[in-house]
Amino acid sequence: MADVDIGNAKKMTIICTKGTLDWAYPPFILATTAAAMDVEVTMFFTFYGLGLLDKKLNLGVTTLGNASMRMPMGGMQMAMPNMISMIPGATAGTSIMMKNLIKKKGVASIEELREAAVLSDIRMIACQMTIDLFEKKTENMIDEIELGGAATWMESALASDINLYM
Amino acid sequence: MSDITPDVVLDTKGLNCPLPILKAKKALKGMENGQNLELASTDPGAVKDFEAFCKATGNKLVSHWMDGDVFMFMIERVV
Repeated sequence: MADVDIGNAKKMTIICTKGTLDWAYPPFILATTAAAMDVEVTMFFTFYGLGLLDKKLNLGVTTLGNASMRMPMGGMQMAMPNMISMIPGATAGTSIMMKNLIKKKGVASIEELREAAVLSDIRMIACQMTIDLFEKKTENMIDEIELGGAATWMESALASDINLYM
Repeated sequence: MSDITPDVVLDTKGLNCPLPILKAKKALKGMENGQNLELASTDPGAVKDFEAFCKATGNKLVSHWMDGDVFMFMIERVV
């Protein structure tokens, strides 16, 4: 509820380290759902997870090193051999396939979930060190972020009931 | 069916987890205490999720039922 006593609210942090289309889902789904259940959420974006804060998202999914990946095809579960990823355009292909599936099944896009995260006042911390390391520009990232480091996350984590690493 | 007349009706048919929950939360936020939200969902996980959602947020799951293949919920806003 909007007028809940924040002092008694449960708290959760999620460290987001991965920036692929498939790995973008778990943190954003859990964060937005937790916020909807009156949990105060902090997301800390570091390394490849930092890309999820870019204003313009163009997320992909690769079959490479993803031995468990199965895609539904004509009522069957098709394995996606690592070899496929070596074909030029394969990653773009699997990404389009996944995005079509997401749309067809009524699953939210990452853009939608991130917007929901912003609207539900989820605190989003971008890792300053990673920004320096990868020479990222904060002006290309969404406005609602704050910059911070490991200690900033620790401060939230110590006060939280749940801390997840993804 | 529920014999309560809802104050707000929300159709989340075709939407998958966690969208029905997020939309329900948004709707409840804009409602007054004691008002009822009727929600339709086709998400097979909806019953468990709305039970958990109501338990955690303190809102009251007045009833839930099936309308054909659609999961229906009546939720009373409680602060």
